[in-house]
Amino acid sequence: MDVKIGVLALQGNVSEHIDAFCLALDRVKIRGTTEVFEVRSPADLARCSALAIPGGESTTISRLIDKNHLYEPLCKFDGGIFATCAGMVLMATEVNDPRIRPLGLIDMVVDRNAFGRQRESFETDIPIKEMEGGPFHAIFIRAPIATSTGTDVNVLARIDQGIVAVEQGKHMAFSFHPELGGDTRLHERFLRMLLI
Amino acid sequence: MKNQRVKRVGIQKSGSEPGRFKMEELRFGTELLKRGFASMQKGGVIMDVVDASQARIAEEAGAVAVMSLERVPSDIRKMGGVARMADPEKVLEIIDAVSIPVMGKVRIGHFVEAQVLETLGVDMIDESEVLTPADEQYHIDKKLFKIPFVCGARDLGEALRRIHEGAAMIRTKGEAGTGNVVEAVRHMRTIMGEIRMLKGMDNQEMTDYAREIEAPAELVIECSERGRLPVVNFSAGGIATPSDAAMMMQLGADGVFVGSGIFKSSSPERMARAIVEAVNHFNNAEVIARVSKGLGDAMPGLDVHTLRDDEVLQTRGR
Repeated sequence: MDVKIGVLALQGNVSEHIDAFCLALDRVKIRGTTEVFEVRSPADLARCSALAIPGGESTTISRLIDKNHLYEPLCKFDGGIFATCAGMVLMATEVNDPRIRPLGLIDMVVDRNAFGRQRESFETDIPIKEMEGGPFHAIFIRAPIATSTGTDVNVLARIDQGIVAVEQGKHMAFSFHPELGGDTRLHERFLRMLLI
Repeated sequence: MKNQRVKRVGIQKSGSEPGRFKMEELRFGTELLKRGFASMQKGGVIMDVVDASQARIAEEAGAVAVMSLERVPSDIRKMGGVARMADPEKVLEIIDAVSIPVMGKVRIGHFVEAQVLETLGVDMIDESEVLTPADEQYHIDKKLFKIPFVCGARDLGEALRRIHEGAAMIRTKGEAGTGNVVEAVRHMRTIMGEIRMLKGMDNQEMTDYAREIEAPAELVIECSERGRLPVVNFSAGGIATPSDAAMMMQLGADGVFVGSGIFKSSSPERMARAIVEAVNHFNNAEVIARVSKGLGDAMPGLDVHTLRDDEVLQTRGR
């Protein structure tokens, strides 16, 4: 199977996602051709079998999704989406900020910037449900949190403040930044799920 | 160490709920968190604002962050005198007005102004040559802080000295408050050119070169391996139009700071939105042409060659 992974490249830490997916693709050893590239337009999106929505400023990315006529195509996108931080905010059905138009692809309510300012950003080790190899080193930067999820959502991790990792159907979303720590287990899990 | 503090939080029993766990150690203010924060700003525009209403305009236009300061650089030039950190009341007013990150400027070397901004909840500190330097010998020891710093640089040596002191982001200095992009271009080309030049050197030559540019050798080698600075590199100092911003992106900037260029133009809302779009589509001349139409007057510019030595800001700190 050919795997074409797009990284939404409107704003944010795009290159880290590209690097992490390249690394994960090597480790999963997929038969067929693989490709990781930037997505800036509906035409780019149409080429993808899966998409990553990176961290960045969710208000800025939401605005640029509208400006680039990507809102409808993203809502209808039939591949899997791997979303981190600002990406998680955009995947929600409901967000506590009127400036953001969420895509409604994962049934959850998300609070943006739920931990406070940058000085409250933190790193910690958290266990992820159904994941081998010990706890995951999670990097939370002005991170969001899911305050509630629908019945179809599989909660993969939660901390004192709320839910920080979820999956629903082909989509996964994280409050933290798996692309920053060098641990690609979550990217690999996403790739394996796509291949099933 | 202050930046490596470990906080114990309430340990809870691992209950029956799926994925529930004991959260024990949270680490704050680490190098990864600082550089990670800077990385989230990539592809974005950071706008200078002096009050809450300007901050709202910037956020509405799609800025990734705002820079709070007392006066924009072109006014600092006009007013003269000592330029300092903004009034904490103003900073808090801006913090309350927007949900995007708020940055703040402090004088070079003024670590107490930095402590004040950290206490106020500012997300990143700009140790800036636009303000009057407080220390002509030393920059702030940025590793002592929990929040990240951005610092100006004109060449690779200066950039790496700042990174060695703990800067999580570099911005090329340009010449602030002039509306003239020429110095921003010079500094970006200089840094990018120096990094390209490293490609042809072996380790001994790089060590020698590191001595010459007064930078730590291991950082010079890291630049060579990555083909770029180890931290995010934005452009600043003289960007006044969407084309200026896109040019800096094409020259290799990860994003741009726009100071006087927005709120000294005749239509700040439209200029702000246009620069955000131009940075998003920096390689697409059609989009840049469209967003540049009918923007009114850009800020009045200054010829940098007419500046007296004491009016040049970029030479402050080295």
